[in-house]
Amino acid sequence: MHGKARTRLEIVLFVAPALILFIGFVIVPVVLAAVYSFFNLPAGFRWEMLNPERFVGWNNYTRAFSTPEFRKAIANTFFILFASLLVQGPLAVGIALLLNRRMRGRGILRLLIFVPYVLAEVIAGLTWKLLLQPNGGVNAIVDALGLGFLHRNWLADPKLALYTIFFILTWKYIGFAILLMLAGLQGVPHELGEAAAIDGASWWQTQRYVTLPLLAPTIRIWAFLSIIGSLQVFDMVWVTVAPTLRQMSTETMATYMVQQGQFAGQPGYGSAIAVILFFISLTIALGYQRLALRRDLAGSVTRGVR
Amino acid sequence: MSVSTAPTGAVAEEPAAPARRFSLGQPFVYLVALIVAALAIGPVIYVFIGGFRTTADLNANPAGLPDPWVLDNWIQVLTAKRFWGNVLASVFLAVCTTAGVVVAGLMAAYVIARYNFRGRQALYTLFAAGLMFPLTVAALPLTLLLRTLGLHGTYWGVIIPGIAFALPTTIIILTPFLRAIPAEIEEAAVIDGASRMQFFWRILLPLSKPGLITVGILAFVGSWNGYLLPLLVISTGSMPQEWWPLPLGVTQFSTQYSQNTGAVLAYTSLAMIPALVFFLAAEKRIVSGLTGAVKG
Repeated sequence: MHGKARTRLEIVLFVAPALILFIGFVIVPVVLAAVYSFFNLPAGFRWEMLNPERFVGWNNYTRAFSTPEFRKAIANTFFILFASLLVQGPLAVGIALLLNRRMRGRGILRLLIFVPYVLAEVIAGLTWKLLLQPNGGVNAIVDALGLGFLHRNWLADPKLALYTIFFILTWKYIGFAILLMLAGLQGVPHELGEAAAIDGASWWQTQRYVTLPLLAPTIRIWAFLSIIGSLQVFDMVWVTVAPTLRQMSTETMATYMVQQGQFAGQPGYGSAIAVILFFISLTIALGYQRLALRRDLAGSVTRGVR
Repeated sequence: MSVSTAPTGAVAEEPAAPARRFSLGQPFVYLVALIVAALAIGPVIYVFIGGFRTTADLNANPAGLPDPWVLDNWIQVLTAKRFWGNVLASVFLAVCTTAGVVVAGLMAAYVIARYNFRGRQALYTLFAAGLMFPLTVAALPLTLLLRTLGLHGTYWGVIIPGIAFALPTTIIILTPFLRAIPAEIEEAAVIDGASRMQFFWRILLPLSKPGLITVGILAFVGSWNGYLLPLLVISTGSMPQEWWPLPLGVTQFSTQYSQNTGAVLAYTSLAMIPALVFFLAAEKRIVSGLTGAVKG
């Protein structure tokens, strides 16, 4: 029928651009990574250089897991992940609970705490790199306050650099967490707080037993975003720390992958790292969704289109 | 990431929280607010003010105010061809990526939202699964693919993957928007003699403007701030540095002129300005877009 054919044509024409781009540049590269990871490829690799002689089986994977530097990168990545959850989460919830009231300058405050989030991670990183130089602003302030014993080489001390990076990441991303929590708190009817107050609950009790449980879905979503973000940390580490120090003490999975795959000229090995990173992310994301987000997402991800 | 993206995340002006019974809390709250705001904005202000200082002044007294105030750093950066080249490159990348994402995403979301056909659910699931494929994971094989396609070292090598990776969020945000427009309106339009395409252009598009703006901003900011893709695709190619996008250009400038701290501070501040201006202009929308995208 004419009408039916036309509808079909419309569907194809409309979906085609997105579908081609998505499959060609999102799905295919990830599949290719899986293929490349079994080969020992030269720098400046092109597709036509793929030949059976370069096949190395699982070598790239066994090599990755037996390389101390990569194991350190995994440990560092998970340090960032757990530290983000344990430090940024409670901090953001606490600040949001405090700020969730009528007060002067609320709008401007919201604007200000969101500024770090809007800056490019590279710019934020460079800003702090300048501030944290041995003779930079932070050390000068520390000295001026008479806290000279805290004077440090923040980003060049192998024992300290990872913590410094975590601090910068917290600075950059906590504003988003606070705003998210504040938005979530708006979904908590304030009548409940009033009722609790009438029943004699203190402010703390109200927050603990009424507000927090109702904020839980927001917290769980934030935690999910935070986990996914932590696993991908790249820009911040790449721009703030010198390469030698990075390799010594602050490598993350993503920086190790780029370092090995691109700049050390081993695309095959780098692809294996990418696949490992992919499976770790996927496992954690799916596991978290099953365990924690199932209720929150019921009817959205699980059901998708009505 | 949640997909329950009703276009409702707007951070409305909330009703006042119940009055506190103790008033001691209030000054404490303001103190916390002040500290949080100062910590958030302090480093940015330091960098801006530092741009007015000479390098000697900066070395002598890193935490002080400019003495004397000088404009040399700003003039040096603003008259440098590379700065404007970087800005233009970033604008070009962000505009093309945004346009591509909005057009391709809207077309696909339109079909998913308003056509009935076999495979519709599968199509949506496919795009939603894209959230599990972050750019970081695909970046390396992507550069190899781009090299094979001859796109390595070009702007298109950044734009096209940029569009592809922004599609999942875009489609997930837009689909509920487009579906929310009642079928009765469509029927009425058809009765009045409108074709499906006319309905799309004349009715659906204007009505879904808020959603389009949200996804547009997300795509723009994502592209503007992007570093990994340009690093892999452009910095390792043969494009001259003065045509690199801003994030690459800033890092390059700061390594190259690391001794000239004043100029680096000025360059960094100038690189911040576009994002800040853009953000101030669209603050409500970004916040609601983000919170809306996270939890409807």
